[in-house]
Amino acid sequence: MKERGWTEIPPGGIIEEAGNAVAYETGSWRTYRPVWDSETCIHCLRCWVACPDSSIEIADGKVTGIDYDHCKGCGICSFECPVDPKAIQMKLETDIAKE
Amino acid sequence: MRVARRLILTGNDATAEAMRQIAPDVVTCFPITPQTELMHKFAEHVADGDVDTELVLVESEHSAMSAAVGAAAAGARAMTATAANGLALMWEIVYIAASYRLPIVMPVVNRALSGPINIHCDHSDTMGCRDTGWIQLYSENAQEAYDNTIQALRIAEHPDVLLPVMVTFDGFILSHTAEILEGLEDAEVKDWIGTYEAKYSILNTDDPVTMGPLDLQDYYFEHKRQQVEGMRHAPAVIRDIGRAYGELSGRSYDLFEAYRLEDAEFAVVALGSTCGTTKVVVDELREQGTKAGLLKIRSFRPFPEAEIAEALGNAKAIGVLDRSISFGAPGGPVHKEIKAALYGTGREIGIVNYIYGLGGRDMSVNDIKTAFAGLEKVAREGTPDDNIRFLGLRGEGGV
Repeated sequence: MKERGWTEIPPGGIIEEAGNAVAYETGSWRTYRPVWDSETCIHCLRCWVACPDSSIEIADGKVTGIDYDHCKGCGICSFECPVDPKAIQMKLETDIAKE
Repeated sequence: MRVARRLILTGNDATAEAMRQIAPDVVTCFPITPQTELMHKFAEHVADGDVDTELVLVESEHSAMSAAVGAAAAGARAMTATAANGLALMWEIVYIAASYRLPIVMPVVNRALSGPINIHCDHSDTMGCRDTGWIQLYSENAQEAYDNTIQALRIAEHPDVLLPVMVTFDGFILSHTAEILEGLEDAEVKDWIGTYEAKYSILNTDDPVTMGPLDLQDYYFEHKRQQVEGMRHAPAVIRDIGRAYGELSGRSYDLFEAYRLEDAEFAVVALGSTCGTTKVVVDELREQGTKAGLLKIRSFRPFPEAEIAEALGNAKAIGVLDRSISFGAPGGPVHKEIKAALYGTGREIGIVNYIYGLGGRDMSVNDIKTAFAGLEKVAREGTPDDNIRFLGLRGEGGV
């Protein structure tokens, strides 16, 4: 996103465009990545309810994946997952990069 | 011919009268001496049904300014008023109001900041927040407090400015002293200030916007530069509105007043109620053949640097009166601005700073005469080493 000069932006920090947070890819902040296992997931959707960044992707009431462009890796989804072993495991991004 | 509406009011009641005539959408209210009677009077106007303002009684000044910010963010005309420690408590939000470009108008009844605790006049409260991004208009008397309050609305809401305005007047000296003044008719005020259409409203669901988002390394700097631009536009707007107000009321206003200053060799610079006393001294000295003059600052923020330097052009010596201290700095806030304004003009003018009237210490005709008398030596010998003087102080170093 090209950053604009002071004469090109609304005053006082006002954001005129609604819902533009989608353009801000907070996924780059992540240290731990939630890795979802479709085999063990029971689709209770607790993770979807708890995710503060709406990053649990669902379709027809079932989890389909995770939006890594916006997931910050907070780990709430994994913490809330009731399955044993958990269907969402937190893994270090650096370890994943090595694999 | 215009028939004057003569009133006898204290500074507080005069300002409450201006607020009644402005009829803001929202006024937030928390009492503090010496502002209490102002809000008391305005609350009475609300209770009597003389004005349909939504009066919000809050639990602190921090909340008073927060609620005013909320109301202004919704597009309302919002006002509050405070003094001294109340202003200090709302400080955080005072800065935010300017940063969000919300045209809130706030009378501030000047009072010394604690401690030790003191309820009387000095300018440490508003001088302390001279860098919050608010426009500051200082008033010499109750008439000016009334007139400035009405003008402040249009200055703040001007689209080229869009900054909040503090209208200040001296605690007790003006706030609690009855004066004869001329008021406008209700309809005149209503027509002159017009209606306010905020460009953005946080409650407008048809055109939703976000206000107050996190603003980090990427954009905060740009928003500060925008505030600078609003302040840069303010002098012309303050002057235009002062002129227009003159057409309405017969009382024109400028950024400052040059009183017998044109050929003055000895100039005093001041703001607030002391300017009235200084005018008496200037007249007396003039009768005795001394070329004395006064530069009365009305707009301290923005500070009209070039115009003030020009107006002081013929002075051989300048005495700057400061009713507050800037601890550890070379002189009081007004003194520093005057010195900065003269820097680079190529003129070597002797300047002394008189700190006076702290905590309501009386500033008499004789004190101001002492200040002028000190200027004769300064004119001969230039700025002395002891150029920060304490006028009316007992003990060593006092003059």
